Amino acid sequence: MAVHIPYIDKPNPVTGVTNAKLGIWLFLASEVMLFGALFSALITLRLGVSDWPHGYDVLNVPLATVNTVVLIFSSVTVVMAWAALKMHNLKQFKTYMSLTLLMSFIFLGIKAVEYGKKFSHGISPATSNFYAIYFVITGLHGLHILGGIIVNAYLLGPGSHMWKSEPERFTGRIECAGLYWHFVDLVWIFLFPILYLL
Amino acid sequence: MSHHEMPFWKKYIFSTDHKVIGLQYGITATFFLLFGFFLMILMRWQLAYPGVEIPLIGKALTETGALTPELYNALGAMHGTIMIFLGVVPMGVGAFGNYLVPLQVGACDMAFPKLNMMSYWVYFVGGVIMMMSFLMPGGAAASGWTSYPPLSVISNNAQTVWLLSMVFLITSSLLGSVNTIVTAIQLRAKGLNFMRWPIHVWAQVTTAFLLLLAFPPLEGAAILQLADRVFGSSFFLPSGLVVSGEKLGVAGGGNPLLWQHLFWFLAHPEVYVLILPAVGVVCEIVTTNCRKPFYGYKTMVYSILFLGFMSFVVWAHHMFMTGMGVTLSSFFQATTMIISIPSVIILTTILLTLWGASIRFTVPMLFAMAFLPMFAIGGLTGLPLGLTASDIHLHDTYYVIGHFHYVVAPGTLFALMGGVYYWYPKFSGRHMNEFLGKLHFWVSFVAINFVFMPMFLMGSKGVSRRMYDQTQYSYGASTQSWNVVMSTAAFVLLLAQIPFIWNMFTAWKTGKKVQNDNPWEATTLEWAASSPPPHENFPTPVEVYRNPYSYSATTRKVLPQFIPQEG
Ligand code: HEM
Ligand SMILES: [Cu+2]
Repeated sequence: MAVHIPYIDKPNPVTGVTNAKLGIWLFLASEVMLFGALFSALITLRLGVSDWPHGYDVLNVPLATVNTVVLIFSSVTVVMAWAALKMHNLKQFKTYMSLTLLMSFIFLGIKAVEYGKKFSHGISPATSNFYAIYFVITGLHGLHILGGIIVNAYLLGPGSHMWKSEPERFTGRIECAGLYWHFVDLVWIFLFPILYLL
Repeated sequence: MSHHEMPFWKKYIFSTDHKVIGLQYGITATFFLLFGFFLMILMRWQLAYPGVEIPLIGKALTETGALTPELYNALGAMHGTIMIFLGVVPMGVGAFGNYLVPLQVGACDMAFPKLNMMSYWVYFVGGVIMMMSFLMPGGAAASGWTSYPPLSVISNNAQTVWLLSMVFLITSSLLGSVNTIVTAIQLRAKGLNFMRWPIHVWAQVTTAFLLLLAFPPLEGAAILQLADRVFGSSFFLPSGLVVSGEKLGVAGGGNPLLWQHLFWFLAHPEVYVLILPAVGVVCEIVTTNCRKPFYGYKTMVYSILFLGFMSFVVWAHHMFMTGMGVTLSSFFQATTMIISIPSVIILTTILLTLWGASIRFTVPMLFAMAFLPMFAIGGLTGLPLGLTASDIHLHDTYYVIGHFHYVVAPGTLFALMGGVYYWYPKFSGRHMNEFLGKLHFWVSFVAINFVFMPMFLMGSKGVSRRMYDQTQYSYGASTQSWNVVMSTAAFVLLLAQIPFIWNMFTAWKTGKKVQNDNPWEATTLEWAASSPPPHENFPTPVEVYRNPYSYSATTRKVLPQFIPQEG
């Protein structure tokens, strides 16, 4: 017995947004605080010791650069997927969404290679606080990528049936998923210079 | 909407109806509150009669029947954690927020009903995990509700369970606060612009913002502490740390104060999470029972918002004694003094509402009125703590315990109990018994002051908090006799809750039926729905015609928000 909740497909005329869109913005605000806290922790730890390594000396900058490009590209494709729905083209949506997913897997694959190399050299969070914060921030970011993959895969697969019954609501969902994906991308854009280049 | 019969489990267990979820939160939180109280009763026995066997159950707990210092520490940590994260917040935010916010804005449910159900169940799982901490070898988490490292990082495995549970509880709060904010903003009834929100809605929305923005840093900190414990990192472990005479074999270079900053960045806003819903509840009860408009509605709203905002910039007043330096201390001392201004304004507007009113002394009103002096004592005793010079003497003493318990126990909890009496007719269609209510109120009111007032005295004499047996020190021995008084009063307080619980259960079936849907003659939208409200709350959409708390200027008759014509 479903309740009739207003503004799930059309925006509330007073606030100009749908419920989901307001919800996702609030959620992202809390995510900003989460990563913000971790970055502040990084700064505090770094200021507290004299021997903090340079990221470019100990981390793999070329691989991370490739990953940066991959993520930015996926941010473009996720917008294209949404735009395709706006133009009522489900097929094109599926193409772009699949591309987004592909990019996310490439990202995780490269990340796994990076992690693997570190582990094989016996490097772990216990090695030093530089590595500890590196593993925690990139690990948490990786989990966010994984979460995005699950949501996007659902929206591409079984979730896409909604396109037939409630196209506007489905388009709204893709937009929210896109906003989330941009955020995950943005975190990386901060994380990459701070961890790898400084 | 069609009304098929739903199977029991769907209607009452995995329900998406905000009213059922609100009651689920309420019942679960009541259980945790009683459980947390019970832990404290054990500790109070030890404080009053150090080393003496606890009657009846002592032998089941330890070999000698008396609490060991280790068990005492564990009980203290679990008492604080359970009361705050599993008791008061789920009661104020989970139960009252969930049940009332949709009704008070005229919505059919929360904006995301499934997410709402999930918040409850994530909270429930977090609670179960926290309870499992008791089953760990070596006992429950014992590093205080604040879990300061390095102690927490090097303590036994129950601390890992504590951290895991916190991650669940935080996630639940985050989901819940997104839901509350979206519901209150998006699903408002026609005519309900923001400045017509009941004060309780303002309080809940502000609270939700605090949870949304302050909890993630603690989640981050919990992840870092988990990493320290599980992966051997040293975020909170400085170089060269020596434990039991041996240098700890970790990389080091960490900073224990980092935890304190991240923790208090949450935990100061958290204290406003504890108090704001209670303020909202008190405002509703007070205006209804005063039969006159609320004094200074706008002032109240802006004070709540300012309080919410300021609560993000005072956190380090918990850390004056960490040697963070005069400049920082002065900053946080100044912000702390500033934040007490809106607190005083909030109290003043409520007091001015009482001024010249023809007050109805109903049971909820008694609780609401008791809230005022109790909150005042709690707030005023905060000032000497916020001034760095006097805090040197008072920090980490029983004075601090007295301060925050005055705000949370006879403050927040009294307000929420008043709320239960006040909205019970809404939940159930029946009134709670008035005599039992008054008995509950008066005994609790007297007893609770005997529990907490002597703490100020003991604290001023230097008795530190978290102490297993103060008679070991001469300055502690001089106030030991108060401990007996306090423990006795605590036990009386426990007994005084029996009529309350009894009342809650029996009134459900046998309480006096409400005469109409608005038995208190209140003005806000929840009373436009029938009592109890049906699934989806309002069969036809409600409309709002005026500000809350309106009374006719000529006839002084109540003008509910949902009734079109005057008089
Ligand atoms: C109204 C103005 C208030 C001021 C100026 C104030 C100030 C302070 C200060 C400076 C401390 C730290 C004391 C120390 O550790 O040395 C403190 C502790 C505390 N306050 Fe308040 N407070 C106020 C209101 C509240 C409210 C409304 C609540 C809760 C509902 C609250 C709950 C607490 C708690 C829980 C602690 C102790 C935390 C701990 O160390 O375990 N306070 N307060
Ligand atoms: Cu504080």
